[in-house]
Amino acid sequence: MPSRSQHERALRAGAWLALVGVAASLAAGCGGSGSSGKPRLTVSAAASLKGAFERYGRDFPDAQVRFSFGGSDELAAQIRQGVKPDLYAAANVKLSAQLFSEGLLEKPVPFARNRLVIAVPAGSSRVRALSDLARNGVKLVVGAPSVPIGSYTRALLERLPRVQRERILANVRSQEPDVTGVVGKLTEGAADAGFVYATDVIASGGRLDAIELPKRLRGRVAYAVGILPGIEHEQLARAFVSGLLSGRGRAALLEAGFEPPR
Amino acid sequence: MSASRLFPLALVAALALALSFLTFPIVAIFADVGPGELVSSIDDPGSLDALRISLETTGLALAIILAIGTPAAWMLATRSFPGRSVAITLVELPLVLPPAVAGVGLLAALGPKGILGPALADGNVELVFQTAGVVVALTFVASPFYLRQAQAAFASIDPQLLDASRTLGAGEARTFARVAIPTALPALAAGAALAWGRALGEFGATLVFAGSLRGVTQTAPLAIFERFSTDFPGALALAAVLVALSGAILLATKLVATLGLDRAQA
Repeated sequence: MPSRSQHERALRAGAWLALVGVAASLAAGCGGSGSSGKPRLTVSAAASLKGAFERYGRDFPDAQVRFSFGGSDELAAQIRQGVKPDLYAAANVKLSAQLFSEGLLEKPVPFARNRLVIAVPAGSSRVRALSDLARNGVKLVVGAPSVPIGSYTRALLERLPRVQRERILANVRSQEPDVTGVVGKLTEGAADAGFVYATDVIASGGRLDAIELPKRLRGRVAYAVGILPGIEHEQLARAFVSGLLSGRGRAALLEAGFEPPR
Repeated sequence: MSASRLFPLALVAALALALSFLTFPIVAIFADVGPGELVSSIDDPGSLDALRISLETTGLALAIILAIGTPAAWMLATRSFPGRSVAITLVELPLVLPPAVAGVGLLAALGPKGILGPALADGNVELVFQTAGVVVALTFVASPFYLRQAQAAFASIDPQLLDASRTLGAGEARTFARVAIPTALPALAAGAALAWGRALGEFGATLVFAGSLRGVTQTAPLAIFERFSTDFPGALALAAVLVALSGAILLATKLVATLGLDRAQA
């Protein structure tokens, strides 16, 4: 009897080990080259690029592209802390230039431009012009100062006369960590207006209306993409970048309302 | 080696792994930033505002949870009524909701376009963008933590104690207040600590429902998140304060629990 139960125990232990081994190798396999066998590219990109990039990624022929969207500043901080995507696309050339000067990114390439607009919930008439933003009781949402949409907004406000700027700032009810938060508060009807990119209004599919800003206030929103040094699929990453400049990526960007780089 | 000698070793290894995994990030928070830097980062008015908002909103949420949750848990524990098990499941539901889902749900219910949105607007009650909205979100995500513990605590009170109280002529309200609560106090305190800890760390639901504005709705976790990209030492400092605060809450709960035990034994 004792030898038989020991035998059973050994079998069971062996079965567990086999299970763990299979699970581990499955996990390792998935980490490597994805279910279809194609190599995988990871792209950290600004939240405003979501629609255009996801469309481009679906059409990208040679690799399975995985995206991590967020505030460009947050993504840059992650890269500084050691997170290693293959590419980094920021909504502010300064952020990618900083990483380049720190040796964490290869020379960034500008690939798109955008402009700021005032967004209002579709059909709303509370805010119809820039001057309305300073009125009493208007509820505004902007991006947090550290995120590109927030710093572009503040740069815009700096160009306004002081009293108007202070009245507008007094109407701010939330500083969102990225532009999707701003869009969210507008589409849910909580805020009367907010500053977003022109592409966000297009992406909202009719739930937002845009109020154009005078030319001098539109901001020079420039996007740049950089490849991280020492990645495995360098050629694929370069192919991704060139697609953004003159291929399916560029088409997806233009369709989403981005302007070509200067 | 035989299995009987392996097993205790495996136990020790598991505990060692769990302990180091759980404590390492916390130690890293304190190790990465010097004490002087910590203190000066806390002095920042933005951090102080965030801590103040966190303490005010979690305190208020906890008060609501205790006031309404304690009698509710008593009813769940001592009465059987049709739909009781459904009620228990419903009460536990927010536990398994991802915070962002909780935020979206709150919007769908209480937001300006939500079901009760027009009614709230008519009554001049503003939740979105207001500190009150933060309290609502925190109460929603944290109540199940207290309710479950409280219900279990009340259900495990020795029925003889309750019977004795009734035999001596006390009505149910009196039994509830003078016998049930003091007896269950250690477990109730543990549930309250869990709920408070959960509320203190809440991030997604308050951001989606109430937004984030310094001095109004930006809680400490939201401030840490904002800081993390531009001022990592500042984020660490605020995180360290939250850790210390959570530790203090846990300690206070243990004290209440031991006090309660002493009283119960007296």
